[in-house]
Order: sequence, then C-alpha cells, then structure tokens
Amino acid sequence: MEFRRPKTLKNVLTHYCPGCGHGIVHRLVAEVIDELGIRERTIGTAPVGCAVLLYDYMNCDIIECAHGRPPAVATGIKRVLPDRIVFTYQGDGDLAAIGAAETIHAANRGENITVIFVNNAIYGMTGGQMAPTTLMGQWSTTTPAGRGKLGEGGPIKVCEMLSALDGPCYLERVAVSTPKDVLRAKKAIRKAFENQIAGKGFSLVEVLSMCPTDWKLSPKEAVDFVNEKMKTVFPLGVFKDR
Amino acid sequence: MPQIRFYAEHCKGCGLCVLVCPCQNIRISEDLNEHGHPFAVLVDPARCTYCAMCGRMCPDMAIEIFDGKNGSKENSGGAAK
Repeated sequence: MEFRRPKTLKNVLTHYCPGCGHGIVHRLVAEVIDELGIRERTIGTAPVGCAVLLYDYMNCDIIECAHGRPPAVATGIKRVLPDRIVFTYQGDGDLAAIGAAETIHAANRGENITVIFVNNAIYGMTGGQMAPTTLMGQWSTTTPAGRGKLGEGGPIKVCEMLSALDGPCYLERVAVSTPKDVLRAKKAIRKAFENQIAGKGFSLVEVLSMCPTDWKLSPKEAVDFVNEKMKTVFPLGVFKDR
Repeated sequence: MPQIRFYAEHCKGCGLCVLVCPCQNIRISEDLNEHGHPFAVLVDPARCTYCAMCGRMCPDMAIEIFDGKNGSKENSGGAAK
C-alpha cells in the first residue's frame, strides 16, 4: 500500500499548532480532489480564522473571503462558472457565528456547492474565545466560569439546524480524532464533492476537530475531549441524504 | 518491500501517531528539529506493518509510505524546503 502526499496539498510546513485537526482535514480534501481528478477546475473559498492561509497550502484556486461570507462568494462563483467545482472551507466562528445567515440561506437555496465545516468548539485564531459551538460548561477566555453560567445559551448544532430545511441534499457530521473517524470523514467529504459533480445541490460535512492550544490540553487529551465530550453533544452521523 | 519515511523537519511532535500505532512502534525523539519541535521516529522498522494509521492521523504529512513498486522510493516531496 502507498500513503503519500496528495498533489493538491502543497509541500510546505503549515502554521497550525501541534495536534491541530486542520492539517488532517486539508489532507482529506486534497486526497478527494486528487482522486476525483478535478484539481484543474476546483475553486475553494477560504474563511477568516485559523484556516485563513488555506491558499498557501492547497494547490488549486482559492479565494479568500470576507469573514463568514464563503457560502455567498461560492454561490457567485458557481452561478457564473457552473462547470467549476466550488467548495468552502470554514471554521465554527466563520460558519456558525458571523456567517450563520449566509450558511442558512445558501443551504435553503440548495446551492450546488460543497461546504467543509471544521468544528473545534472554540475561536482558535483569536486566542480561545467562546464560539457558538462551545460546549456547555466548557472553559474559554470569555466564559471563564464555563459556558452557560451567564446566559450564553447552548451550542448551535449546525447539522441538526440545517436538516430542518428542504434545500440541503447532504448533511453529515464526522470527526478526525481516530483513524477510523478519519476514514469515515474522507468518505463523507468525497460524497459531498460527488454530489456537486452530479448536480444534486448543497452538501455540508461537519468535522469535529481538535484545538489543543486553546483548550489548554495536550494533543492526547484533546483527542480524548473530542471522543468523550464533543461526540456526546454533537453525535456523528448522516442528518440528510437525498 | 514497502518503505516508511518520517520527515523530522515536517513533524511538530504532537504524538498523534504514537497514540494510534497498533504496534506501539513510534516514539517522540528527545532531539529537536530545525523548528524547535521534538519529532516522531520509528522504533523498529522490522516491526512496522505499513498500516498507515500513523500517516492518516498525522496533521502535518510528516509520514509517507512507499510501496516499493515502480521505483517510487524517491521522496515525493514530503520534506519542507
């Protein structure tokens, strides 16, 4: 068997912290683009957040968007260039906070795009503030007593929320905290791209990922946090598939 | 014969590969690489089963496996320049 760097992933050192899940998700997206043979006609839209430098790492066209607007930018690209494969790569602050409206309306319109949503339950780039997906009781710099004590509300479950709409064609939540989960995540990402190629409509894959630095945990403890805490709040599975 | 390669200069020493290796055949070095990170090394190449679980969990593409066919032994570019 062979396991080598996909051609869509540039040979550079990423800026991500040790144990961060972004590198794994980047590789999975790159592997799927390679396998489907769509690198020459793929356009990615990058978020604001830790993945803001996506254009330095992916060997395909990438557009950097205003904070939270990748689904709106992707909508424009896909409508003007319908033969291109358009994906967005977003974190929880980008997709579920400032970009919640764009996400919901792009999903509701059933835009034929692929959304990769990396959920690490915290704002990584800005230093560990509470995100919409932060768990109840979880420490962050803006919830020092744990989320929920001062009326912050509960975590937003994006897949469950979007599954109530008629627009999306495929919604799945996966993780990258074990090798088994990584393989499942790749399968889901591949399906999300295949749906777009088949013209089926809006596909979103939510990936539960580790943020050891801002969770103030070691990489091993961060993996345990995803497996033991995050997966109970954000159950893995397919929420919509038609 | 497959070959496994660890790129020390790409490794950040997170140890996710150590966690998932079914043979407990990976350890983190006591040395540091050029970026100041400790890095993963294979303990005993003879015990490696080339399952690639380490590579699949690696966030930094610091592990590659070559199948040894088609002269694919040369570095595909895993190492940072």
